[in-house]
Amino acid sequence: MDSANDYQVSPGRLLWHCRRGLLELDLILQRFIEHHLESLTTEQRAELFELLHYDDITLLAIVSGREQCEETRLKGMVDLLRAA
Amino acid sequence: MSVPIRKFDAVIVGAGGAGLRAAIQLSEAGLRTAVLSKVFPTRSHTVAAQGGVAASLGNSEEDHWHWHMYDTVKGSDWLGDQDAIEFMCRKANEVVVELEHYGMPFDRLDNGKIYQRPFGGHMSNFGEKPVRRSCAAADRTGHAMLHAMYQRNVKANTQFFIEWMALDLIRDDAGDVVGVTAMEMESGEVYVFHAKAVLFATGGAGRIYYSSTNAFINTGDGVGMAARAGIPLEDMEFWQFHPTGVAGAGVLITEGVRGEGGILRNADGERFMERYAPNAKDLASRDVVSRAMVTEINEGRGCGPNKDHVMLDITHLDPATIMKRLPGIREIGIQFAGVDAIKEPLPVVPTCHYQMGGIPTNYHGEVVMPKNGNPSEPVPGFYAAGECACASVHGANRLGTNSLLDLLVFGKSSGESMVEYIKAQPAAHKPLPANAADYSLSRLNRLDTQTGGTAVGATRLAMQRTMQAHCGVFRFKNMLDEGVSKITEIEQQVASTEIKDKSKVFNTARLEALELDNLIEVAKATIVSANARTESRGAHVRDDAIDSPEFPDGRDDANWLKHTLWYREGNKLDYKPVNMTPLTVDTIALKKRAY
Ligand SMILES: Cc1cc2nc3c(=O)[nH]c(=O)nc-3n(C[C@H](O)[C@H](O)[C@H](O)COP(=O)(O)OP(=O)(O)OC[C@H]3O[C@@H](n4cnc5c(N)ncnc54)[C@H](O)[C@@H]3O)c2cc1C
Repeated sequence: MDSANDYQVSPGRLLWHCRRGLLELDLILQRFIEHHLESLTTEQRAELFELLHYDDITLLAIVSGREQCEETRLKGMVDLLRAA
Repeated sequence: MSVPIRKFDAVIVGAGGAGLRAAIQLSEAGLRTAVLSKVFPTRSHTVAAQGGVAASLGNSEEDHWHWHMYDTVKGSDWLGDQDAIEFMCRKANEVVVELEHYGMPFDRLDNGKIYQRPFGGHMSNFGEKPVRRSCAAADRTGHAMLHAMYQRNVKANTQFFIEWMALDLIRDDAGDVVGVTAMEMESGEVYVFHAKAVLFATGGAGRIYYSSTNAFINTGDGVGMAARAGIPLEDMEFWQFHPTGVAGAGVLITEGVRGEGGILRNADGERFMERYAPNAKDLASRDVVSRAMVTEINEGRGCGPNKDHVMLDITHLDPATIMKRLPGIREIGIQFAGVDAIKEPLPVVPTCHYQMGGIPTNYHGEVVMPKNGNPSEPVPGFYAAGECACASVHGANRLGTNSLLDLLVFGKSSGESMVEYIKAQPAAHKPLPANAADYSLSRLNRLDTQTGGTAVGATRLAMQRTMQAHCGVFRFKNMLDEGVSKITEIEQQVASTEIKDKSKVFNTARLEALELDNLIEVAKATIVSANARTESRGAHVRDDAIDSPEFPDGRDDANWLKHTLWYREGNKLDYKPVNMTPLTVDTIALKKRAY
């Protein structure tokens, strides 16, 4: 397992950024984190962190598949979230 | 121990609708204003509000603030203070138009005026027929509101402290408020924010219940901090439940689903609402539907392996209609119940939605408490607004869209009061008490050194389940008594929570333990206040209350037309009169609340 120092984004910060204004996102992200956080690569963590910068309304639309994420780089992470 | 000190004219805790609105007032008056928030401002829970904000603009049809006032008093089941309600309803047009000038993209009519839609409980001509009073920005009203006000604050040089968690209120020997302690999440360091005036705008505490429509962040921090600092909490027994939250998740399913023909069914597949409300059936008011659902569950007709929910059925509707009129419902079912609502019914339970009580204030946003015979003496330097405050405009039951209005009106009025107060103060700040941060540091130290303690998650869950089972939509004496003793036991466990991770940087385990300290104060205040109030009023329904012509629906005005005040110390209860005297118009006289 990676040690905390290996993460570009500290896991605590990542976890806290999963705290949202919309309950729907809290639930989706919590479920995702519980099942996948440990297995994410450093790069994937950074991608997730970047996705979490979207505002709540847009992020929910993206993970629900109603909107596409304009950053095509993040498509892999979006797919993981949608499948969670 | 000494900690770093930051000095501001004003410190606002909370960057949701209420905090942002107040900050505009202070910063634009040229005062040095700090706003602390656990999360980025536009991620505050206000973002969830879709329905809109009430204002009697009369853009689509005739409307009047006096009618809005009547509806709000009636909705509150006469527990709302009529001076504050008149103030709010009269100010509504002004604050909505201001928001428009801040750049809020309201939906519009062809003539360019703000479009308005109807919403439950809002009527014209003193309760005659529904009126279009709600102003919205599509289905993202709260989101648009936060963005518009955040931008305005950036322009006005408000200083934001994002991902900072306020820990405790600082009061001096005279009881005046002179600041807060707060933790920077990034470093885990504690700071003192020294201020001439402090505003709490920390939102609601819906997470005290197991089933809640509220985001995880709604942990009642301001309410908990106020209670620990000796400020009483007002009317905490009043919580609004929404009948249809997804079982096990809480996600809200709008009333519109039943409006389009959705039917509630028990384990036998029976449309049980026909027995409880033969005319309105599934469209009866929120409290009637919620109570019917819980009766079905309590009498063994609940669904699922634990028989703990009922079903919302739309499978008889045309799939095309569902996709057209209720597009979100299918997505919610699949994501949060694992059910395709077109093919199978959705599991639902009554779910905690809104906190009517809170930190007692007057309509100027000043926090008030009994002192020297005055039931509402301002606490110098302390202000509160939004869902954490109790002005009291919602009384025993809030009308939809009145909450966003509350944020704007009382955000602004508290900001104005603070400007006035700060300008009247000497140039130098009142001194901080010695060791102003000691209390917070000792709480943190306790957490860091605790051994053999309880786990935060499990303790929180025990509290949530107890509140749901003992202080939900159905309340009676034995059940409440038992709940009070259980919560008292859980309080002991909260006092000895233990975290394994003692690291400093973004330690979410520590943050959650600190949040639980606040939640438990709210839970205690709620259940102790509910146990004492033996009548039914608004959202507080006592099954053991006498329902007779003298006490319609169990409401007992002779004994209970009064606000509850709960003190943390000794779980003491006190009461204060409801203000029945509006500012300029006649009293809206007591009547049975019937729709
Ligand atoms: C699903 C849903 C839909 C709703 N729809 C409507 C609607 O259509 N119309 C309506 O009128 N009402 C609606 N409501 C109610 C309304 O949204 C809320 O009452 C209102 O948004 C609360 O705003 P607030 O400013 O008081 O707090 P919030 O928006 O909850 O903001 C609280 C702020 O305090 C900060 N904070 C909290 N604790 C701390 C701490 N310890 N340290 C630092 N910062 C802290 C948070 O970071 C946040 O910035 C709805 C509620 C829900 C749950």
